[in-house]
Amino acid sequence: MSEIEGVYAVWLRELKVFTREKERVIASLISPLLWIFAFGTGLGSVVTTEGVNYRIYIYPGILVMTVLFSSVFYGLYVIWDRRLDFLKEVLVAPVSRTSIFIGKVLGGCTTVMIQTVAVLIIGFFIGVPMSLDIFLKALLLLFLISVALVSLGLSIGANMKSPEGFMLVANFVMWPLFFFSGALFPLSNLPSWLSSATNINPVTYGVDAVRGIVVGVQHFPLWGDIGVLLLLSLVVIAIGTLSFRRMHD
Amino acid sequence: MDYAIETFDLSKHYGGLKAVDKLNLKIEKGEIFGLLGPNGAGKTTALSMLCTILKPTSGTAVVNGSDIVKEPAKVRKYIGIVFQQPSVDDLLTGRENLRMHTLLFGMPRETRKKRIEEVLSLVGLEKRADDLVRTYSGGMRRRLELARGMMHNPTVLFLDEPTLGLDPQTREHLWKYISALARREKMTILLTTHYMEEAELLCDRVGIIDSGRIIALDTPKKLTAQLGGDKIILKIKKPHIAALKKLECIKSIRRKGEILELVASEGGYNLKKILEKAGQVENVEIKPTTLNDVFLHYTGKEIREAEAEGGFWQRMMNERRA
Repeated sequence: MSEIEGVYAVWLRELKVFTREKERVIASLISPLLWIFAFGTGLGSVVTTEGVNYRIYIYPGILVMTVLFSSVFYGLYVIWDRRLDFLKEVLVAPVSRTSIFIGKVLGGCTTVMIQTVAVLIIGFFIGVPMSLDIFLKALLLLFLISVALVSLGLSIGANMKSPEGFMLVANFVMWPLFFFSGALFPLSNLPSWLSSATNINPVTYGVDAVRGIVVGVQHFPLWGDIGVLLLLSLVVIAIGTLSFRRMHD
Repeated sequence: MDYAIETFDLSKHYGGLKAVDKLNLKIEKGEIFGLLGPNGAGKTTALSMLCTILKPTSGTAVVNGSDIVKEPAKVRKYIGIVFQQPSVDDLLTGRENLRMHTLLFGMPRETRKKRIEEVLSLVGLEKRADDLVRTYSGGMRRRLELARGMMHNPTVLFLDEPTLGLDPQTREHLWKYISALARREKMTILLTTHYMEEAELLCDRVGIIDSGRIIALDTPKKLTAQLGGDKIILKIKKPHIAALKKLECIKSIRRKGEILELVASEGGYNLKKILEKAGQVENVEIKPTTLNDVFLHYTGKEIREAEAEGGFWQRMMNERRA
């Protein structure tokens, strides 16, 4: 019982802190908007991909990108928490590290979902074939992706001492995950080196599933995509829990 | 007799550096005990081990009847901690910070609200409880942390430099809160400090710590009484030290440039005798001896000087070089 309350306490704290920092919400929306409107509209005026206007084609990719960037950057706050000794207060509480980690993951996912919903709503106004059904299915998939990626961000945060170091590693991880995911291009007819890169990138399967739901273009079976995402989540959660246990020892 | 805290050769080594070296303490229930020493003396390290944040290299301690190495979870349940660095969340309100603590410590639902109100009024923060901590002054934050530390009715409260960085007035206020709390809630308090006044005015007993070892331990009064006199500070260009040494009332002599610091029994009464022997005195001051003089007596340096040496990291560096 007290473990669940511990999870709840950490989750509630993350949510409150997030909603009180309005800049964080607004800043997180700028880059998806730029990708959709500047990049998507620009190329969309001349390019059609797999029978779909380019702006609409990359829209699912940008949804996943929003999740990817927000989730991984969320790990940065672990470092601030540590610097302020806030985490110490949590770590000396009679609550297991696993519960603290789960609370953090859920808190992160909730904040990421708030940002994602905003980008999903934009979909209704730019010609994406959106409906409530699609909206909810996409949200569920994006939530699953964020569980894995928030855990990834937290694992990096738990192992880094400085924000600078975190940014370095995070950028090194995020950009390849984004560019090699097929968020911006179709997976068919790729040169073999690029094809292998996209195949080993777990984010590819997230983009594929969301694109299948939203635009109706999909390369892998949905159950395969979800299977990869579930497996990834389990692995990264395990790594994250271990990293949290090791902290402060 | 059961002690609130008892340590057994508690030690923490970092490589060759002995941050805490075979610490043996017995702290009684209901006592306010102070660990006094310069930065880097090992105070925080000792405290971190006692509240199970840090594992000892060797030795152990029993807090509230539970072993800190074997049963850390049990220890944690009954202790409260106020950290040296601010650890309240400044994007939450005071009340939200406390509420989070009640959840983390699994306090029973029925008592939560009442207890929050109780501790808020104990530290005088009722009126600001619903403001973001961001808007609090340094003293208010400390009070909030104090409130949080005793939220779950701990039997032992650890305070790591509770008044560090606060202005003198706020500091005095905080001392009043702390001693009132200790009496009212019948808690044992272990605090670390490098402020002499804090140890003198607040603590029942003081352990003076330097380079990881306790060098003197007693009530502040007895510690200063040990020196056996008053402090006499003379400004004098050419002191006749040999003549002074012959005087029976002189306990110790220390020279710093033109300043001569003496400890003399019954300083006021013997002053005339001393001035006759000392030489051409330009200025005289008599003060009661303080814990700083005790520190000086045992280590040959003042707490301030020990700090100027750079504390823990400096010791660490020296160790590396050696």
